[in-house]
Amino acid sequence: MLSGNPAYSPPLFESIATATGNGSSGTITFSSIPSTYQHLQIRLQVIASGGGGESIRFNSDTGNNYARHSVGGNGSSVFSSGTASTNQIFIGDDAAATNPATMIIDIHDYASTTKNKTVRSRFGHDRNGAGSVYLYSGVWLNTNAVTSLSLGIGLFGGIFDTGTVASLYGIKGA
Amino acid sequence: MPATYEPIATTTLSTAASSITFSSIPSTYTDLRVVFVGTGTTSVGLKARFNGDTGTNYSYTELFGNGTGVFSGRGTSLNYFSLDPQRNLSTTIPIMNTLDVFSYAGSTNKTTLVTQSDDENGVGVILNMAHLWRSTSAINEISLLVFSSTITAGSIATLYGIKNA
Repeated sequence: MLSGNPAYSPPLFESIATATGNGSSGTITFSSIPSTYQHLQIRLQVIASGGGGESIRFNSDTGNNYARHSVGGNGSSVFSSGTASTNQIFIGDDAAATNPATMIIDIHDYASTTKNKTVRSRFGHDRNGAGSVYLYSGVWLNTNAVTSLSLGIGLFGGIFDTGTVASLYGIKGA
Repeated sequence: MPATYEPIATTTLSTAASSITFSSIPSTYTDLRVVFVGTGTTSVGLKARFNGDTGTNYSYTELFGNGTGVFSGRGTSLNYFSLDPQRNLSTTIPIMNTLDVFSYAGSTNKTTLVTQSDDENGVGVILNMAHLWRSTSAINEISLLVFSSTITAGSIATLYGIKNA
């Protein structure tokens, strides 16, 4: 550090990669995720004229190695549910054309090789008279480090349209 | 890798005011985040507007708990964002709101995830919302405001920019 200059502070929240919808695929995959962060965060805006809820899988695992819980509301009623031994974690309730559905997804201690992986998602989608808000938690029952993750829509059978933006960030530990 | 979560501006009210406005927001980020902590000089609802738009282009869906139950509601075709539809700003206990604005410089309509954290020792609310602004314009101004009252001196709002790769 030169005299008179502030000390360098390395960034704690870094962009790793970004992907966008193309109107022909219902899966967005981030691969070769470095293990140098403490946690991951995904900020996801979804445009999908075909609708469908959003999901996440890790390391291409399509087995029944996931579980999930949720609490949500649709403007008049509230809901809570849970599913054990399933093949994906729900992170969003729906999507539409024109009005984006949005999510902030946190994946904690993703590089651990001794712990199962816990996921949290905050979802919201309003269409001026319709829409929903949900909080999700999920677990991947696997102690491998997360090196890739896939975001899907419509149980991985829908389409992410143009206007969909998925941004993967790494959060540093001390 | 470059820093991707940066403070753009902070306003700490030195005197009570009816609004806090962040203007000339650069379009160089992907998302924006606003964090507000403050009180009202009277018990009054906190609102927000984008780009000074006073048209009926705002709506929301909410999920909240108030210590006795869990509920969901919505508002349609409003001329502002309501950031605390269940409980107004307290005159004594600071309320925290966060607004995550997605793809604010893009050409889609704009969705914002909002939280409100409010505990007043016996009453309060925890709230999650999705707000929609039906406009494809890039957001270059965000205002937090109250009607027929003021936000108390000492209240703080910070605008952050979040940039992707």
